[in-house]
Amino acid sequence: MREIEYREAIREAIIEEMNRDHKVFLIGEDIGKYGGAFRAYKGLLDMYGEDRVINTPISEAAIIGAGIGAAVTGYRPVSELMFIDFAALAMDQIVNQAAKIRYMTGDNLRCPLVIRTQGGAGRGVAAQHSQSLEAWFYHVPGLKVVMPATPYDVKGLLKTAIRDDNVVMFIEHKMIYLLKGEVPEEEYTIPFGVADIKRQGSDVTIFAYSNMVYKSLEAAADLEKEGISAEVFDPRTLVPLDEEALLKSVKKTGRLVVVTEACERGSVASDIAAKVALKAFDWLDSPVKVVAGLNTPIPYNSTLEQASIPHKADIVNAVKEALGK
Amino acid sequence: MPKLTSKQKVDFLKTIITIRRFEEKTIQLYQVAKIWGYLHPYVGEEAIAAGTCAALEKRDYIISTHRGHGHSIAKGADLNRMMAELLGKSTGYCKGRGGSMHIADTELGMLGANGIVGGGIPISVGAGFSCKMEGASRVTVCYFSDGASNNGVFHEALNMASVFNLPVIYVCENNMYAISMSACESIACKDIASRASSYDIPGAIVDGSDPEAVYNITASAVKRARSGKGPSLIEAKTYRFGGHHPNDPAEYREKEEVEYYKTEKDPVINYKKKLIEEKVLSEDDIKNMEQQIVKAVEDSVKFAEESPEPQLDKFLEEVKSI
Ligand SMILES: Cc1ncc(C[n+]2csc(CCOP(=O)(O)OP(=O)(O)O)c2C)c(N)n1
Repeated sequence: MREIEYREAIREAIIEEMNRDHKVFLIGEDIGKYGGAFRAYKGLLDMYGEDRVINTPISEAAIIGAGIGAAVTGYRPVSELMFIDFAALAMDQIVNQAAKIRYMTGDNLRCPLVIRTQGGAGRGVAAQHSQSLEAWFYHVPGLKVVMPATPYDVKGLLKTAIRDDNVVMFIEHKMIYLLKGEVPEEEYTIPFGVADIKRQGSDVTIFAYSNMVYKSLEAAADLEKEGISAEVFDPRTLVPLDEEALLKSVKKTGRLVVVTEACERGSVASDIAAKVALKAFDWLDSPVKVVAGLNTPIPYNSTLEQASIPHKADIVNAVKEALGK
Repeated sequence: MPKLTSKQKVDFLKTIITIRRFEEKTIQLYQVAKIWGYLHPYVGEEAIAAGTCAALEKRDYIISTHRGHGHSIAKGADLNRMMAELLGKSTGYCKGRGGSMHIADTELGMLGANGIVGGGIPISVGAGFSCKMEGASRVTVCYFSDGASNNGVFHEALNMASVFNLPVIYVCENNMYAISMSACESIACKDIASRASSYDIPGAIVDGSDPEAVYNITASAVKRARSGKGPSLIEAKTYRFGGHHPNDPAEYREKEEVEYYKTEKDPVINYKKKLIEEKVLSEDDIKNMEQQIVKAVEDSVKFAEESPEPQLDKFLEEVKSI
């Protein structure tokens, strides 16, 4: 199968959906001629013109609000926040408006809005450009949260997100835009709430999403050399969560290590650990382990930056501890 | 406005050249990955920092942006500690934690560069309250650029500063672009200064390549603020000579436009020429000044390179209390 970059897979999904449905449009900062901060929209302005590729001033609240307003009046906007950190400037629109508008109006107003953004550390861009803030949105009822790791997943899930009648936080990771992976030529979509076992295993389940899928796969490869069979479970969407598949995997392996790049306090990982402990305690052979970022603003210095997020070795160690080795 | 002294003029030039040479060095270091992350050079805009900060006293506050090295230097920052920060060293202004976008120093009254566009503008309101409550006629200068003036926080902050009559001078460095977005396509009015009328405060436009003009207009806004008459908005028309960051080819700008500003509006070239014409300095004086500055910049690199990295175990210990 052909291999394409993660950002190219995003671009393909957007093109297919914009061709399929003339109600789909893009809005955000530097998405015109510039093609987006990570160049995922390269050439789209020429293809679709200024009415469907709307390059905005630096006005995050209005970028989201514009998405909401267009969505409730029949369009399917994809609003872009260049960095997830900038969602902080648009939190009222996301949390009090977008997330609630359909429910609190008794389904009167439908809000098919996708908010595309990216997060994560690793580029030395310090505390205000490196956060993993998915827990903020995971916490708010009314938002779907999608965090694709691979080019295949990002394409199929973005198409589903655009077709979904609800608000979707579509969160990418800045370190994987150039990663290549297999993506079929034919059209496909991936349903929300369906996890993907990225690697089968029998001794332990490693729950990981976004960039941490790669670190977990590397850890699993190392562990295999030591005779430990790790399953890498990628939920792909955090809301809705494929709980059934997760419990099934944990039932099979009897052990769970939950990995997140986000800082541990109040993280999705802590919540997953709690969920499994509450619902699958009897199947667990050892306590659930959480491998997470440190509770710190991300430092600029690269040694400190790297020390503040999980690595392969941390996952390997946690698995061994779970196995009592 | 009293006539500028020779010393003031020489200081303008010194600040402008220092910023230019420092920035050129940081770009070199970025290209060899000794500086990483984001770096937003101030090349082309130096006269604004030089002119505005010269109108301030040491005790006054400044609030900066992601393109903030020039502001720090003009406010009197130590090049060694700045360069050390850019190299992520423990001797840097932020102990290596912040890098280019977060340099701050309370001693200097430098309340911080910012990675969030517009992030510093509301903070100016609090600094303004602090200056006002203290009653010692201290003022705050808040820098931002054209792009930031489109964010809601700009409007909230200027309105509040006006309503509460705060001693804040808003300095908009309009370099005509916000990454690829041109000011004329993104700002509803022609001049950002005209937005001042919405807040019933004075708004003025100045040539940002002319340190004397920038100084004069700032000095009058500062005088006004110190005497309890409230905030002002100054729009300095300027241009960033390079891309948004060193890896940005800036293809969204016309070549002729870039050429025009680089040849006609370079504060280094123009102001050197002016001081020579006015016989304030000779060519040799300027050569000497340049040499000293280049040496100071080189020394800062040496200092930064020889400085220790932050200690990992200390970091891990500190994290426990965050
Ligand atoms: C709130 C926010 N939105 C977007 C960005 C990304 N960004 C960084 S610099 C920049 C352009 C800023 O333009 P302007 O305020 O004109 O300053 P300039 O870079 O021209 O000095 C953008 C969009 C950001 N850092 N913060």
